[in-house]
Amino acid sequence: MSEDFAAKRAGMAHGWLVRPWHERSTQVFLFSVCAALALVTMLHLALPAGHPLHVSAYTVNLLGKYLCYALLAVALDLVWGYLGVLSLGHGAFFALGGYAMGMYLMRGIGERGVYGNPELPDFMVFLNWDRLPWYWHGFDMFWFALVMALLVPGLLAFAFGYFAFRSRVSGVYLSIITQALTFALMLAFLRNEMGFGGNNGLTDFRELLGFDLRQGSTRLGLFIASGVALMFGYLVCRALICSRLGRVGVAVRDASNRVRFLGYRVERVQLYVFVVSAMLAGLAGALYVPQVGIINPNEFSPLFSIELVVWVALGGRATLYGAVIGALVVNYAKTWLTSAMPDAWLFVLGGLFVAATLLLPQGIAGLLAQLRRRKSAKRDEDREALT
Amino acid sequence: MKLFPLPLFASSGARLFALLGLCACLMVVILGQQAHAQSPDDAALLESLGTGSFNDKSEAINSVAASGTPRAGEWLEAMLDGRLQLAGDGTLVIVASTSGRSLEARAALDGAPMGTIERRELKRIPINNALRVQLRGAIATLDLSAEDPAVRRAAAAGLFGRVDDDLVSLIEARLEGEEDESVRAALERALALPRLERGDVTAIEALRGSQDNAVRLALTRAAQSGDAQMAAAAQQALGEIERRAEINRWLQQLFFGLSMGSVLVLAAIGLAITFGVMGVINMAHGELIMLGAYTTWMLQQWLPGQPGLAVLLAIPAGFLVSALVGIVLERGVIRYLKGRPLETLLATFGVSLILQQLVRTMISPQNRSVVTPEWMSGSVMVIDGLSLTLNRLYVMLFAALVFLALLAVMRATRLGLEVRAVTQNRAMARAMGIRASRVDLLTFALGSGVAGLAGVALSQLTNVGPSMGQNYIIDSFMVVVFGGVGNLWGTLVAGLSLGIVNQWLEPWVGAVLAKIAVLVFIILFIQKRPRGLFPQKGRAAEG
Repeated sequence: MSEDFAAKRAGMAHGWLVRPWHERSTQVFLFSVCAALALVTMLHLALPAGHPLHVSAYTVNLLGKYLCYALLAVALDLVWGYLGVLSLGHGAFFALGGYAMGMYLMRGIGERGVYGNPELPDFMVFLNWDRLPWYWHGFDMFWFALVMALLVPGLLAFAFGYFAFRSRVSGVYLSIITQALTFALMLAFLRNEMGFGGNNGLTDFRELLGFDLRQGSTRLGLFIASGVALMFGYLVCRALICSRLGRVGVAVRDASNRVRFLGYRVERVQLYVFVVSAMLAGLAGALYVPQVGIINPNEFSPLFSIELVVWVALGGRATLYGAVIGALVVNYAKTWLTSAMPDAWLFVLGGLFVAATLLLPQGIAGLLAQLRRRKSAKRDEDREALT
Repeated sequence: MKLFPLPLFASSGARLFALLGLCACLMVVILGQQAHAQSPDDAALLESLGTGSFNDKSEAINSVAASGTPRAGEWLEAMLDGRLQLAGDGTLVIVASTSGRSLEARAALDGAPMGTIERRELKRIPINNALRVQLRGAIATLDLSAEDPAVRRAAAAGLFGRVDDDLVSLIEARLEGEEDESVRAALERALALPRLERGDVTAIEALRGSQDNAVRLALTRAAQSGDAQMAAAAQQALGEIERRAEINRWLQQLFFGLSMGSVLVLAAIGLAITFGVMGVINMAHGELIMLGAYTTWMLQQWLPGQPGLAVLLAIPAGFLVSALVGIVLERGVIRYLKGRPLETLLATFGVSLILQQLVRTMISPQNRSVVTPEWMSGSVMVIDGLSLTLNRLYVMLFAALVFLALLAVMRATRLGLEVRAVTQNRAMARAMGIRASRVDLLTFALGSGVAGLAGVALSQLTNVGPSMGQNYIIDSFMVVVFGGVGNLWGTLVAGLSLGIVNQWLEPWVGAVLAKIAVLVFIILFIQKRPRGLFPQKGRAAEG
């Protein structure tokens, strides 16, 4: 109780806005992620391989992958939960970030490729190209690839959002257009002529910043980096939501016409938040690719994009931490089911879509909140009974 | 409100039936007369073919060819192949083949089967080379002397490209006596090629615009010949042929575009009802199409050897199967998500995944091929050098029928009226006593059933597989959005034009880029006109 009050008072200094790190929920979230990171690192490093609680390098890698997905889900929740824009094409931003990082890793292979060409990646040699395409220049530098991983999705989101929001495309129309966008990109990236490896994508990566990607320590590092990125992304989203802009965004979600009549430029609010979200998705993709070792046009498929919507829907919209829970739960279930019962996975995924919308409109986060309310109501009752 | 003027239908149906019956009677009478007319003369003619010297036979062949008896072609062909043989009792028979010990034979005179006859009891009618040449000419020109000008025209057209030196004089003789203009033109055309070879400049006139490869070759040769006048004329004719070929290519592309467009219209028209009219986002629409296609496949499995019947039965069956699944979907899921389009989108997407996986586990993850019935395979030649595949034509026709039927349902039936009322003002419609939830159900079932029909049609064009629906869902939404939500005509125009544009772009930039270009175009188009080509007007549009 008193902490809540303190948080409110800290926020008072800026009018009705609250700084994210003063929020109790943010503190809990950051603490849990840190604790989880520390726990996994400890279990991985301190315990011998045979110990029942030992976390293998494979699991660390898997968890790192999940954390990237969680960041992607947070990015989607930002636009869907707080802006009312259901993007069915967020996988495209994720994949673009992934391709940017993949290009850096591809250049990093150098002479160790099958054809031993120091300049050209293997697939270009295979296609008989004699020169690097112009858009591949600069990707031998890590910082450039990282900037591109943020910039390219951001630019695409800006160009797309500029046109879409300006002409007030909203709701289902926007969803379908975003789906068409990622579908078109998938078709484009499937072409060999695009210069991104076509169907096979980019793979056979060796090292990142000089660290061997196949080593356990590199994977642990990437896992921790993903966790840090998730916390960073969460903080960015929270800060955005708590700002004036975020408040307007929520108002746009609930009644965009009224907001427009009040004199706000709705399309600018939407565009700003959309671009931030796309950049976060790009960051997630950039961290994802070195961990799975491949990026191909599959990430662009509409199915992947809509699958990540179900993570958010199941976890609970407009909570951010719900998106994280959803991403972890669904992906854990996917990993487990696709190895145990490969046929059942699509049934489960389909069922999740239906169940999440029909039975759990608030998601797991809503369920948790309900439980908490019930508990506190009971406590109040108890207190009243005592007095 | 009365639905269709049923009594009128009934009476006109009866009239049609009576007319058909009358035609059948007439046919019987005419055929009977023909059968009657042939006997006595024919017997003598046939007799003459089998006897006498080569000179006698030569005359007999001429008189048979000139007689116009319907069996003449058969006799002459059999004689040329050595299949016209003399049986032991002196009658002439035609054997099916000349190899083997016992031969299957039928009477030459009336074609009655005679079972098998031992080879040694038969004697082949001998012919020599001169007779062979004469027979070939006679067979080729036989139909030229038929009564019916249409038959003569077809025979003359059939001669094109097959005229050798022996035939030229024969055909020229026919040309003298021919009165029908179109037949004369066809004969001229048939003669033009050999005339051109001989250096006759006037022959080029008859060859203008022909799409035949032989003509093009001959003209190219002529254009390179030494004769300046000849070369110029041939060059000009070649140019004309090129232009015609260009037009044909263009028409062909238009046809493919229209065909693709009609597939798009079929796939999207159900969506135009569920999404456009009801405002329900059904991402499982593609899977309803797939179910229709699988129904066709299933029926063909149950009715082996009768693919045509199965396809015809699949039309109502596919409609019913998809409509039933649609009903379950509406009652089980969509009803609870009224007014929450984004949730509807997600839930129906889940359903689409389940349906796909269901087909994968219950039937097979592999593609299934549906047999195209005989009357739908092949192609028809519309004009010289332009042939259209029949199955695509049928699908276009089917799309047009479905579209018209839907239009009729929406305009002229009680259901259509109620649907329009409920979409325009739900509360008011309910106040007027319309059961809105029942209308929802029926509309959704109708839209789903039409998706099933699309599946039946698609099964004739593409492979049937569990993920075939996915290929159409984005395109279908694009068509509906492009055409303007809630507007069947818009869907038609949008579907056809998208199909044509796509087909037109494809040879330039490749299939994938064409698709991307179309998607980008629609995305940009929506910016300009967010409510599609034909936006809904009035209060209903504001939603």
